[in-house]
Amino acid sequence: MKGGREWDWEISEKRVAINEWGTSFGWVEEPYASPDGETVAAIVNVAEMEFSVCVNGKAWDVTFDKVWHLRYLPDGRLTALVSEMGEWTAAIDGIAWDSKFGYVWNPLVSEDGQAFAVAAQQDMQYCMVLNGEPWNETFANMTYFALSPCGTKTAAAVQVENAASGEIHKFKKGTFTAALEGKAWESTYVNVWGLAISPDGESLAAEVRQDLYDYTIAVDGKAWDTTFSCVWEPIFRPGTRTVVAPVRTKGQWTLAENGNTLWDRSFVQLWQPIFSPDGNHLAAIVAPAFGRWTVALDGVPWAKTFGDMVTDVVFSSDGKRLAALAKEGRFWKVVVDGKVWSHKFDMAWPPVFSPDNETVAAKVETEGTYAFVVNDRLGPHACEAAWDPVFSPDGNRLLLRSIEDGVYCRRVVPVSDFMP
Amino acid sequence: MSEPVKQEGAQALDEGIEAGISGLTTEQIASVINEVIDNETGARLKTYVDTCVHCGLCSEACHFYLSHEKDPHYSPVGKVKQTLWEMLRKKGRVGPAFIKNAAIIAHTECNLCKRCAQYCPFGIDIAYLMLVVRRIIHKLGVTPLYIQDTAHSHSVTMNQMWVKGDEWPDTLQWQEEEAQTEIPTLRIPLDKEGADIMYSVIAPEPKFQAQLIYQMAVIMDVAGVNWTMPATLGWDNSDMAMYTGDNEIMGRLKRTHYETAQRLRVKRIVMGECGHAFRSVYDMGNRWLGWKMPPIPMVHAIDFYHELLSQGRIKIKQKYPEPVTLHDPCNVVRGGGLGEKLREVAHAMCETVVEMHPNREHNYCCSAGGGVINCGPPFKMTRVNGNRVKAEQLFAAKTRGAKTLITPCHNCHSGLHDIVEHFGIGLEIKFISDILYEIIEKPEAT
Repeated sequence: MKGGREWDWEISEKRVAINEWGTSFGWVEEPYASPDGETVAAIVNVAEMEFSVCVNGKAWDVTFDKVWHLRYLPDGRLTALVSEMGEWTAAIDGIAWDSKFGYVWNPLVSEDGQAFAVAAQQDMQYCMVLNGEPWNETFANMTYFALSPCGTKTAAAVQVENAASGEIHKFKKGTFTAALEGKAWESTYVNVWGLAISPDGESLAAEVRQDLYDYTIAVDGKAWDTTFSCVWEPIFRPGTRTVVAPVRTKGQWTLAENGNTLWDRSFVQLWQPIFSPDGNHLAAIVAPAFGRWTVALDGVPWAKTFGDMVTDVVFSSDGKRLAALAKEGRFWKVVVDGKVWSHKFDMAWPPVFSPDNETVAAKVETEGTYAFVVNDRLGPHACEAAWDPVFSPDGNRLLLRSIEDGVYCRRVVPVSDFMP
Repeated sequence: MSEPVKQEGAQALDEGIEAGISGLTTEQIASVINEVIDNETGARLKTYVDTCVHCGLCSEACHFYLSHEKDPHYSPVGKVKQTLWEMLRKKGRVGPAFIKNAAIIAHTECNLCKRCAQYCPFGIDIAYLMLVVRRIIHKLGVTPLYIQDTAHSHSVTMNQMWVKGDEWPDTLQWQEEEAQTEIPTLRIPLDKEGADIMYSVIAPEPKFQAQLIYQMAVIMDVAGVNWTMPATLGWDNSDMAMYTGDNEIMGRLKRTHYETAQRLRVKRIVMGECGHAFRSVYDMGNRWLGWKMPPIPMVHAIDFYHELLSQGRIKIKQKYPEPVTLHDPCNVVRGGGLGEKLREVAHAMCETVVEMHPNREHNYCCSAGGGVINCGPPFKMTRVNGNRVKAEQLFAAKTRGAKTLITPCHNCHSGLHDIVEHFGIGLEIKFISDILYEIIEKPEAT
């Protein structure tokens, strides 16, 4: 992640004594740090069944019957799901949306943080709500959800035909479809999962099961001509409406584009495909053999494989480098371009590339102590909690957000501090 | 020598089976059977089929066989003979009536409990053979209605009880609020990234048995565990698709479960007191996806309670006074090796533990497992009458003083309830957490 130019990259350290908050409130829940590190916030209990949010020691002016899912948006606004008098909505920086619902959940955030969406239920009817505006249409059930990369459209898998519990034959005829901005496709399916909206927000793709056995991808309500024994969630090729998805045929997985096989080899498993930002490269998590996992780049797996799990594949901004996390036994490792870092951890978080793509950093944890690792060198700070490291726009400094001895710390350190 | 006629009352009618076979032709059936045999099985099936010497030693293992006066139709090998062997012998050319009978046998007269594998001189896993039959039944669309509906629920909601997306976190918040009347600072932390443990349950808990979530929240709070429950899909570890032979949905469920745990960056998943879910997360679902073992350590509630008690993180205020007996769930004791830990937990909790016989990995199945209870009311008496030996086993334990029956498995709980009631045994059935919640030291209410 790259920080903003307007952020304070000069002051080396700022502190907030969050350990003092406990004296002011019934209890303080787990804290969250803002992207720029300037504020730290937590849900606090202010009285019996009365909650608020404390930001840098000062509670919001408002209280709610319930508050959950406190998170900062990428643009620094602070969101939570809140309940008052039995109604639910979202609050941003302490201001609740005017629209209220029976329940809201599953928040979605656009990359720039300008769009914030939730799934909502009112009188047992379901719709999506984007920046406080609900769909005009509602549905009897709604399962998988999506927000367009541009932040202008929401989508969901929705139930359009009623089928009571036990009506298995009616269900098999297809009672679900997908809806973009509340407009449901005309075609129905047994199941709809894994939605993706095109970069321009105009096209919607989803995994569908056409009967109990035939899986494929549907785009804007039209299924691919080819069916498979299973598929996983589709993605759009950057800048296009072309759809790529993992597909299973003859017991092996590969990638297909618009229904046609894309890679010339198959795997025991393949999922979570990801395009490089320029769309020129395509990577995915694969199992070349049963019980062995790695990353394949443009169809070619890394030589090094791992026994337990591979996750969090991330491209550098120029698309030339690739990092991921891998688990072998009980330990997690960072892997960059197929090379495994020497340090191992009890837990690791997604690797972060510097703006020039030369440096990789990550938040890690060992035996309950959090730390930062940069290009396989561990930083000196032992923390009770931490958030992902953020590179300065010039890539020379790192913003490190952590909690140490009950005190929230915002540090700006030269990347060179981590270098030999 | 001819075999005796199968002694059974009128066959139950099942809408799923009847409608499923209504349009089938012999050609369609043969095509599906051969497609499954040729493309989805291999050395394992061939080895089992070629190795079996038809000795019948597996028979004495089966509660259906023992409960039906040793009628060989109910022996494990007899069930294979009436289903898979015939399919293989006739190269798939069997008729709809045969498929109906195969569906009933594979889905309602075998609990996939694997007790018979221990009696087979070659260790043939007949449960696997019955699962191959169920896979064929699934591909033919002849799965019994109730369990098929459950599999449909899994496919839509990723849980087995059609619990909707909002109902799940809402229920957790309701239980948190309830528990705060007992422990004011108690939390059920939702979506807490970086917690040590993700606690997962099966859907009957939020649907019908929310007190179990309450009880676990109290235990977690008292023990000071850094835990969370997901607010998204992936919270349910159950899996009836595993038992309908819908392997693709099974894989989808387990992927969702493990990826949810990974999203939350937990070290371990602790699962509630369920048996079949353990089999799904620890053996079948994970392996269908390509994971040799669970990618994130998976701890059954028995194991977790044992850890909390042995580390002194929860303390017993006063032992449970009533004599208890233990039912060893097949999937976590025979399948997961937790028999000794179950006993250590029981002895730590209770004044008197009366063993039932046989026990541990040799225990009789409850006859609800393997998805049989999920085939619903049409087959209730099939499983109850098919487990008279369980009633005798329970009655013997009661005769030796047991008043409470502990079983750390949901399906066992429900199945044994039916047996206890039908045979008038008179045992109170409890989960471990029912007792733990009652007897552990808790902070004094303010």
